[in-house]
Amino acid sequence: MKRFIIPSLIVIVLLAVGCTSTPDAEQDAAPVESRSGADGGGRIATVTAGGVDSRGLPPELTDSRSILSKRSIYFDYDRFDIKPEYRDLVAAHAKFLTENRQFRMLIQGNTDERGSREYNLALGQKRADAVKKQLVLLGAREEQVESVSLGEEKPKNPGQDEAAWAENRRGDLLYSGEF
Amino acid sequence: MNSLIPVEFRNYLSLQPLGAPEGYNSSFFSGNLPPMFRPLLSLRGLGLIASSVVAFLCLSPARAELTFEFSGAGANQIPIAIADFGGDFGSARAVTSVVRGDLERSGVFRLTDVSGLSLTEATNPAFEEWKNLGADALAAGSVRPGGGRLEARFQLYDIARQTALGGEALTTSPNMLRAAGHRIADFIYEKLTGERGVFSTRIAYVVKGGATRYELHIADADGQNAQAALISREPIISPVWSPDGSRLAYVSFEDKKPIIYVHSLVNGRRVVVANFKGSNSAPAWSPDGSKLAVTLSKDGGSQIYLINADGSGAQRLSTGSSINTEASFAPDGQTLYFTSDRGGSPQIYSTRLDSGEVRRMTFEGSYNVSPRVSPDGRTMAFITRSEGAFRLAAMDLASRQIQVLSDSEKDESPSFAPNNRMILIATEIGGRGVLSAVSVDGRFKQRLSIPAGDVREPAWGPYRR
Repeated sequence: MKRFIIPSLIVIVLLAVGCTSTPDAEQDAAPVESRSGADGGGRIATVTAGGVDSRGLPPELTDSRSILSKRSIYFDYDRFDIKPEYRDLVAAHAKFLTENRQFRMLIQGNTDERGSREYNLALGQKRADAVKKQLVLLGAREEQVESVSLGEEKPKNPGQDEAAWAENRRGDLLYSGEF
Repeated sequence: MNSLIPVEFRNYLSLQPLGAPEGYNSSFFSGNLPPMFRPLLSLRGLGLIASSVVAFLCLSPARAELTFEFSGAGANQIPIAIADFGGDFGSARAVTSVVRGDLERSGVFRLTDVSGLSLTEATNPAFEEWKNLGADALAAGSVRPGGGRLEARFQLYDIARQTALGGEALTTSPNMLRAAGHRIADFIYEKLTGERGVFSTRIAYVVKGGATRYELHIADADGQNAQAALISREPIISPVWSPDGSRLAYVSFEDKKPIIYVHSLVNGRRVVVANFKGSNSAPAWSPDGSKLAVTLSKDGGSQIYLINADGSGAQRLSTGSSINTEASFAPDGQTLYFTSDRGGSPQIYSTRLDSGEVRRMTFEGSYNVSPRVSPDGRTMAFITRSEGAFRLAAMDLASRQIQVLSDSEKDESPSFAPNNRMILIATEIGGRGVLSAVSVDGRFKQRLSIPAGDVREPAWGPYRR
């Protein structure tokens, strides 16, 4: 085996502002920025992306004593059905959406890290769709709820064992202002 | 810094009658070559290669180190000597080193150590002496100032036959010397193998620099000249090059859900191609660059659609309620390969756009995903799971024979070099993402890693025009 160490040039044009990824975290607004560069050829223009505005939420959605502050539903390996222990949680959110039609919800489905990123995106979608279906059955309106997938891209636990993977097979519920 | 200086190519044969005669057949080398490297054409019109090529400049750079390692070897490597080029010492050394590095990393050549032996294209080599060093082929050249620029000239020789195989003169500049070296290596590779070289191509990949820092990089095929095309706090996955190499389609999570963008590399202009309700992912360009196959969940479940490259005219292709995703076009523009769980486990299927007929492609094992067809349409690369490990495999589409090409644990996201010869994948070593290029016969591997970062989602770009 031969080995080359080659100095390389890596461009860092703009530093992204750090932020957390928890659903209720405040995030700095950082609109997408384009740097139009040279004409022709191989010159690459750098674009910076990310960040959304956030708005306040009613206390019942964030107060840790309220069931509505619980926003994650966990799934078994290769399963997409909502386990009995999460029925009350889903029902509470369905009730909130029914009583607060101005609110919208984004359900983000997630998977563990094993396997293809794109196939995992499809598996996460199945989990998010399962939660959405239950919410709509219980009174939420179809147009209030969007189900999307983050696949394996946003693990809650970066570990590489079953305990970590179990934390990552989940659906996260975000309300208007949190996404 | 902003001005781009094209590297111009002239047919060196027209300048000096040193070159091989038209129709020269380099069959001498074919005896040493595995069948896949059979020379296709003896001496192609150099005018074909003479199209001007624009290499690119570095932007205000921070320094990082890319480490390139390789292991294994192609069968029957061609022994070649690259003499130290003459002329301006620093420029010549830079070009010589790029040519040597490219040829050696390709796995096709075995470099004879001739450092310290200088030879320009203007001198007839003493063939017997070079032969004694064990080389079958020899390249000599020079880099000299001329007209405010630099001129790189070289000549390639068949040592046994004691004849010239051809050469070129390229106009270059101090910050384009690497590009000139890649062009010379491409010339040598094509002349001796009969296939186009990929040393002047580019790759795209994603670097995860932290929980909230993702960068989409474009680099030369040897990992040099990395530049960020996109910096985001949220993940970026599935970059794919447009057939003309000017744009990348990819999936960005910057708006808290997967959305497909098409990004022009020259000016950074981005177009949202698919931002429907639900998830938008897995873009794949049609061979003519006019359309993309994408996966959308807007109508429930993950289904494959065809959409125009400007985001208009989404048309559903897959039916049923199973997962259908990871579409990849065959070069005929009519056949799509994709992943589906319709049979109970994820397997690869193909379909025809005209008839809609669907065929199952994989049967062995319970997890076969991420199909990618070679540019010549002969091979399908994919990821297969066996004994808990995710490995790169290749299927010969004519015989349906499958060969597992790696022994690693977490291979992902294959893409072919434009000459069909290598497959670029993401894999993991010591918990860190690295890129690996594996020859289609599995004999030869290159690994590209960035010490501080987690690298994933590679895509090998097309030939540069």
